[in-house]
Amino acid sequence: MSSRFPAAVAEPSLAARRRRPLSGRLGSRSAPYLLVLPATAVIGAVLGYPLYYMVRLSLQHYGLFQLVKHKGEWIGTRNYSQIFHDAVFWHVVLRTLGFTVAAVSLTMVLGTLIALLLAELGPKMRLLLTAGLVFVWATPVVVAVDIWRWMVDYEFGVLNWLLTFLHVGNYNHHDWFVNPWSGWAVITALVVWGAIPFVAITVFAGLTQVPRDLVEAASMDGAHPWRAFRDVTVPLLKPIFVILTSLSIIWDFQVFTQVWVMLDGHPGTDYYVMSVYAYTNSFGESEYGLGSAIALVMVAILLVVSFFYIRQMVRIGEAE
Amino acid sequence: MSSGIPVAPVPVAPAAPRASQNVPRRFSRRRFARRAVVNLVGALVFLVMIFPVYWMVATGFKRGQDIFSDPPVWFPYHPTLANFTDAIHRAHFWADVKNSLIIVGVVVGLSLVLAFLAALALAKFRFYGRRAFIVLIIAVQMIPLNALIIPIFLLLSKANQVDKLSGVIITYLTFVLPFTIWTLRGFMLGVPKDLEEASMVDGTTRFGAFVRILLPLVGPGLVATSIFAFIQAWNEYIMAYVLLHSPEKQTLTLWLATFSTSRGTAWGSLMAGATLTALPVVIFFVAVQRKIAFGLTAGAVRG
Repeated sequence: MSSRFPAAVAEPSLAARRRRPLSGRLGSRSAPYLLVLPATAVIGAVLGYPLYYMVRLSLQHYGLFQLVKHKGEWIGTRNYSQIFHDAVFWHVVLRTLGFTVAAVSLTMVLGTLIALLLAELGPKMRLLLTAGLVFVWATPVVVAVDIWRWMVDYEFGVLNWLLTFLHVGNYNHHDWFVNPWSGWAVITALVVWGAIPFVAITVFAGLTQVPRDLVEAASMDGAHPWRAFRDVTVPLLKPIFVILTSLSIIWDFQVFTQVWVMLDGHPGTDYYVMSVYAYTNSFGESEYGLGSAIALVMVAILLVVSFFYIRQMVRIGEAE
Repeated sequence: MSSGIPVAPVPVAPAAPRASQNVPRRFSRRRFARRAVVNLVGALVFLVMIFPVYWMVATGFKRGQDIFSDPPVWFPYHPTLANFTDAIHRAHFWADVKNSLIIVGVVVGLSLVLAFLAALALAKFRFYGRRAFIVLIIAVQMIPLNALIIPIFLLLSKANQVDKLSGVIITYLTFVLPFTIWTLRGFMLGVPKDLEEASMVDGTTRFGAFVRILLPLVGPGLVATSIFAFIQAWNEYIMAYVLLHSPEKQTLTLWLATFSTSRGTAWGSLMAGATLTALPVVIFFVAVQRKIAFGLTAGAVRG
C-alpha cells in the first residue's frame, strides 16, 4: 500500500520536512498512536481481559460457592482431563462438526448457485430476487427462529401442511423435534436459509468483477461452460470463497441462538452443540470452570479456521 | 453474536454493470426458452426465500380463526390490527423498546468516536505496528463471542454490573467496536487522496483539509457504518439473555420470548411483535445494504 501522507512516514527527509507543518496540526509521529490508543485500550479491556480470564477460569474449580466469593480454586488441568474423558463431550464435538459441515456446504453451494442464477437473470427479475435476499438477510436471527418455529408448529405449521399436501409424508400433528435428525434438519434449514443471502450477494458481486473476455476466451477455445466456470471463474473468485467459507464455519460452529430459541431454552442432550454444552455447564450446572474449558476448546478449533481467513484478509488489505 | 450477522469488512462502490448487457441480443427461440426457464427458476427461488418473511407479516395481520386453520389461509383477507395492538400492550414492551434504544444508542455512539480515530490512523498514516493493529482488528472479530459470555458474566457480576444496561453496553462493545473500525477504515481509504492533497497545496492546514474534504466525503460512510452497528447491537440475543434478568430491563429480542408460555404460544401476537422488532432493522438495512454488501470483493478479484 502506498502511503497517503509521506510526511507521516518515517525519517523526515527534506521533502518531508517541508510538508511537516501540514501534518503538525494533528500531531507529529505520535499522532497515529494517540489515535489508535483509545480503541486499543477498550478492546483490551472488553475482549482481551475476558479472554485471559477465561483461560484462568478453565484451570479453576468455579462453582456456586466460588461464585459467591468471586474467587476460583486452582485445580490445574483437571477440567480438561474431565472433558476429554467425557463421552458426552466427544459426541457434542462430533455433532457440532457434522452440523457445521452440513450447514456450511449447503450454504456455499446454494449461495453460489443463486449467485450464478442472478448473473443469468434479466434486470427486473434480478432486482426482485436481490430484494428478496436482502429482506431475508435483514431479518434478525431471533425473529427468524420464531418464524420457523411457527412454520413447523405441531398443529398449524404451514410446512407440515405443505409437505402432507405434496405427499412427502404425513406431517399432520408432527413434532419435528422428537427425532433429533428431523429436528436438526429444521435447524439446518433455518441456519442455511438465513446465511444464503450474504453468500449469494457477495459471490454475485465477485462474479461481476470477473473480466468478461477471460470467460469468453475460454468458451471461444471450445471450453464447456462448466469447465470455463471451474477453470476460469472459480480460481479468480478463490479469495472470496476462502473468506466466505471461513466466516460461515466460524458462525455455524458456534451456533447457539437458533438451537436455544428453537427449543424454548430447554434443548435435550441430542441438541447439544459446543456452545450450548459450554452454556449449560456454566449457567445450568454452575460449573463455570468446566464451561470455560469447553468454550476454550471451541476457540482453539476455530483458531485454525480463523488463520486462513485472517491470512486472506491481510493479503487483500495489502493489495490496496 | 450469532451467525447470519452481516460482516462486510471492506466497503466499495457497487460493481459496474456486466458488459454482456450491452451486447445486442438475437432472440432466437432457443434463447427465449432458456430465458423463460431461468426467469422461472428465479421466481421460484424468490418465493422460497421470501416465504418465511411473508408468512410472519401475513400471520401478524390475520384474524385468530385464519391463523389457526387447516388448510392454511394464504392471505390475510380479513386484515386486523388486533395482534399488533395486543403485542404493543403486552407487559414491558415500551420499557424494552427504550432499553434497546439506550443500549444501541450508547454502543453505536461510543464505537463511532473510538473507531473514527483509529480508522483515521489506519487509513491516513503509516506507522510502526500498523500491520499488527490491522491483524488484531481482523482477529478479534473471529473470537466466538458465545464462548466469551462465561468470563464476561463472571467479571461483570464481580463488578456488580449484571442486570444493568451499562453491563450490556460494555459487552456489546466487544463486537461492535472492531467491526466499526474496520468498516470505517475502508470508507476512509475510498477518499481520493488527490482531493485532500489538492486542498493542502492550496495552503489549508491538514485539519482544514480534514474538516472540509474528508468529513463530508466520509459522512455517508459514517452513516452506513453506524446503521450496521445499530443492526448488530439491536439483534443481539445471547449476551442480553445471560446478563439481563428483570423483565423491565430487557431488550426487544428477549421480550419476544414472553409470547411463549407453558400453555402454548400466542402465534398471532408473536408474529406481530416479531414484525415490529424486525421493522427498524429491515428499513435501515435496505437503505445501506448496497454500500457495504459488495464490500468483501474489494480488491479480492484480480483478473
